[in-house]
Amino acid sequence: MHGRVKVKSTAQQEEEKRKEREKKLKIYIAARDGCFTKRKEGVFDDEALQLTQQLLSSNPDFATLWNYRREILMHLETVKEVDEVQKIYEAELLFLESCLKVNPKSYGSWHHRSWVSARLPRPDWARELSLCDRCLSLDDRNFHCWDYRRMVVKMFNVPVDQELKFTDRLIGSNFSNYSSWHYRSTLLPLLHTTASELPPMQAESPKSNRVCEEQLLKEYELVQNAFFTDPNDQSAWFYYRWLLGRELEEMISCLHVSREEEQVAVVFSRPVNVQSGCLLLVLDGQPHAVEWKSIHPRFKHSPVWICNLPPGTISEISNEHNLTVHWTEKHSRKDCTLFTGHAESWCQDSATDQELFRSELSVEKNSVLQSELQSVQQLQELEPLNKWCLLTLILLMRALDPLSYEKEMLAHFQTLKEVDSMRSAYYSDLCSKFMIENTILKMEYAEVRVFSVSDKNLSTLCHLDQLVLVTHINLSCNQLLCLPPQFAMLRCLEVLEADNNSIGNLEGLYHLPKLEAVILKDNKIATLADLEPLTSCPRLKRLDLRGNPVTQLANVESELAKLLPSVLDLLL
Amino acid sequence: MCFYSKREYLIVIFDHISVVAAACSRVGQRVLHLDRRSYYAANWASFTFNGLLSWIQQQQVSETQDWCDLLEEGEELIQLSSQSSIRNLQVFTYTSKEDEVEEASADSVNTTEEEQHGPGETRCAVGSERLSQEVSRTHHSLQHMEIPAEGFCSLNISPIFQSQATITEGAEPEAEQPQSPAIPSQSEPSRKKISFAQLEKEGRRFNIDLVSKLMYSRGSLVELLIKSNVSRYAEFKKVSRILTYRNGEVEQVPCTRADVFASRQLSVVEKRKLMRFLTSCIEEKDDQSAYNGRPYLEFLRDQKLGENLQHFLLYSIAMVTEDTPTEVGLASTRNFLRCLGRYGNTPFLFPLYGLGEIPQCFCRMCAVFGGIYCLRHSLRCLLLDTATNRCKAVIDSRGQRISCSHVLLEENYVHERKNVATPPRFLSRAVLITDSSLHGSDSEQEVSMVTIPPITEGAPAVKMVELSSSTMTCMSGTYLVHLNCSSVSSAYQDLSPLITTMFSTPESHDQGRPSVLWCLYFNMEDGSAMEVEGHDLPSNVYVCSGPDGELGHEHAITQAELIFHKILPEEDFCPPAPNPEDILYDGGSAPSSGPEEEPSLQLEV
Repeated sequence: MHGRVKVKSTAQQEEEKRKEREKKLKIYIAARDGCFTKRKEGVFDDEALQLTQQLLSSNPDFATLWNYRREILMHLETVKEVDEVQKIYEAELLFLESCLKVNPKSYGSWHHRSWVSARLPRPDWARELSLCDRCLSLDDRNFHCWDYRRMVVKMFNVPVDQELKFTDRLIGSNFSNYSSWHYRSTLLPLLHTTASELPPMQAESPKSNRVCEEQLLKEYELVQNAFFTDPNDQSAWFYYRWLLGRELEEMISCLHVSREEEQVAVVFSRPVNVQSGCLLLVLDGQPHAVEWKSIHPRFKHSPVWICNLPPGTISEISNEHNLTVHWTEKHSRKDCTLFTGHAESWCQDSATDQELFRSELSVEKNSVLQSELQSVQQLQELEPLNKWCLLTLILLMRALDPLSYEKEMLAHFQTLKEVDSMRSAYYSDLCSKFMIENTILKMEYAEVRVFSVSDKNLSTLCHLDQLVLVTHINLSCNQLLCLPPQFAMLRCLEVLEADNNSIGNLEGLYHLPKLEAVILKDNKIATLADLEPLTSCPRLKRLDLRGNPVTQLANVESELAKLLPSVLDLLL
Repeated sequence: MCFYSKREYLIVIFDHISVVAAACSRVGQRVLHLDRRSYYAANWASFTFNGLLSWIQQQQVSETQDWCDLLEEGEELIQLSSQSSIRNLQVFTYTSKEDEVEEASADSVNTTEEEQHGPGETRCAVGSERLSQEVSRTHHSLQHMEIPAEGFCSLNISPIFQSQATITEGAEPEAEQPQSPAIPSQSEPSRKKISFAQLEKEGRRFNIDLVSKLMYSRGSLVELLIKSNVSRYAEFKKVSRILTYRNGEVEQVPCTRADVFASRQLSVVEKRKLMRFLTSCIEEKDDQSAYNGRPYLEFLRDQKLGENLQHFLLYSIAMVTEDTPTEVGLASTRNFLRCLGRYGNTPFLFPLYGLGEIPQCFCRMCAVFGGIYCLRHSLRCLLLDTATNRCKAVIDSRGQRISCSHVLLEENYVHERKNVATPPRFLSRAVLITDSSLHGSDSEQEVSMVTIPPITEGAPAVKMVELSSSTMTCMSGTYLVHLNCSSVSSAYQDLSPLITTMFSTPESHDQGRPSVLWCLYFNMEDGSAMEVEGHDLPSNVYVCSGPDGELGHEHAITQAELIFHKILPEEDFCPPAPNPEDILYDGGSAPSSGPEEEPSLQLEV
């Protein structure tokens, strides 16, 4: 046909491209070798700067070349005037911009940029900020840029409220970007803390790092807009959880002393590592040097620490003793008096008063939480199967009133396991945790030392540090697989009922001084070795192992008599 | 004398049908493109401000002549009429005619400098005496031009004169006394007003389109621009927001996730409902088909969407009316959503320098592949071979005979040859130059699509596009506003009530809205109502309609493709143009004569 434009065939084009590439490769290799030789010879001249620039502009991820370049620049700093150095580094920043265009996520380029910015005699931070803005507008999840930006903000001393506006803008353009939400969460405590009114030392403690209420309400509104618009987007939910959350105060929550064992147990509000010297024991006005041990050798950090007093210190029943422990690190102390005629004594904070289990949610006013609950309930009506919504609903209910919402909570957990079956085990564990919390609260109301959670579908045990004073525990008819090492925190335990579970591991029955009876009927204990930990419990008299595989072993009775000579009442 | 008349052309294309021309030229056809005007693209064209003013004056009808002496044996003539498709042109200037202040205070250097900014700014400084002068000057210049086109004077235009009269009443020529309080410039002393002289002076900054359209970012025009590589000849701007007019207020329509999130007029529950509706309606579902044939509004109501959301979904997202059937409304909603987010936060693009760029791009493509362009060159008649009933040649306005094998022209040239005459339908258009945006925001460079539901029963729904100077269609400090609707009456009657309420004009009482500086009304024949079939014409003469009233370009592109396949059934429609470096040149011809060389678009003979 006439008049048609003739075009090169694909094969011709390919061939041309191949030749082009070969030519480029030759130049590249020659330049690279040239650089390596120069570096070996210790040459730090302008030509080396040129060569590395050529190579890095086509491949900005060549770390060795960046290093060489820094060596050259540091050398130039020593031989040139400040103004010249400024010019060199400014040129370097321009060059880096072209590298970032090739690969906006190059570790080498970003690192070099922060290196140059830090060494620049007269840095232009405003320009750097606008570079970051441009970069983030192209890709708002470029974490290299976020990192660099944090550095610039710090150096430039950008006011917090200005940064908050920056996150407003980013969240406005894309609220599914957790980088922006997270950055916001680091800014809010700086901006709206009441810290300025407090003396500096207290201002640094985590307690004052709360966001003021007025700002919190604004944040709730913002984040609600996000999760109502798209309830399947997790970033908003995570930020919401953060907003509702709080940090627990670090302190001593319980002190227990037993006359017979001459042992003291200290319970902390969170796992700690008690270094020698940071926990002081004062007995009747006299400091005592004692050795603190965690409740199980497996734990370096533990919420419960124990010490044995020198024999005879408090064993005389007719004596009264005053005991104080000081936690020097956090300025926390606890006192208790062991009265005449008493075998033990303790001093414990109430879980109810401390609102320990309000789901790690904040100490906000009930009215605020109540209105939050209403909004999330409203969303749940619109999106009954949304897992984030259900989970948040449960947390809010627990923050408001853990006991009266128990029934609704269990129903929501049931729905959660159905709609998000991939995480059903997680929900089971979480539900177990909440059920244990509720039981602890009920036990406190009843003012007893009996802890009973039978037939509650427990899949795991937690909050055992709250059960230090419990003497009787009933865990029967659950889905427990083991008694974890934390179980050793139950310092006063006398009777353990754990029949009808799937327990095959008794690691936690470790040095329990008062344990007398262990009911393990219908569990999964298979070998004698599984029973080994029980040998550390000196008072064990009664053991029920009916319905366990171990009872099928040959000579089990005689072997057990050898292993646990103190047990008189053995049921097989 | 005329090189183009000696050759035999495969296709002669008349006026604005540039897409077909480009497509034919691209596959190797020899194309001659004649245009009787001095610019390309007929009703698709855009003009500078001054260009538009002369276009307004040119709206006249040309005479017919007898060309029988050019006939050969066995041939017959078809006369081409050239009825204009523009009617009821009316122009209003609401700003001072000239920057007279400059002359008036020429004696004082200081004031001259101040007053160069325009009359509005200096008023406080010079006191009340000057004030009255300014005001009267504004009124003197209230210009009223009317050019009723031939054959379409039946519309009653007397109310226009009346309303005009009531306003000019107080401002008798030469009268210099103070005016009534309802004067626009009085209530806003701080805003500087751009004078007509400034508009003329900066006239080149304007690119005013005769049509008002946007490009759907997944519409057939955008796909064609990409497919054919024609997109390289133009640049585009994202339409930045969608607005709507409701309860007397202009509101932003939330249409993306980010908009919904940021919206202040929706409650959180409404946000959820809107998002859920938008995500769910992307898929076709059974419960939707139950509503087929029933109004879309009914469907929306049954989805338990509140008043707010119904308004947004019906008028701004689906852009349909209350009685549109559900299936149409849903299809339109899906189209909107499909286009969303491809380039920006709205489904629309707008070409820099106006829509008139698009046909020019296709002309350029046509020229690159050898098409020849003649402007200011009319076709007078077609020459028919009586034996074969095919068009053998055409005769141009200079009496030349041009041989060809296909002819393509616009419908209104052969309107009289239609077998069954259907009355034409019209679009009502208005073009405003205003001094501020309808809906303020952080940026002064918003490009807005504004949907306006019928303001009264039976009134048409109006689509409005507000362009900022960033689109290179108006001078900085002004906004170019296009209004478009199906005609019920004349453009002035259809659109002026709305303009009076939404903007500040001498007729409107509510101030504080954007002031209209200049305003043009006209009616244009609706291309979608033109029938391109059923003319008594030879089989190798093709007819194509003018611009339609829809927002997108589907109608024009579909028609172009259809015509192309009639002419060349075997060929590909606009295949990608090759890269310049991949083109092979014959041994003899130097690369400098290659197709990618800057084409001479303006071929003056």
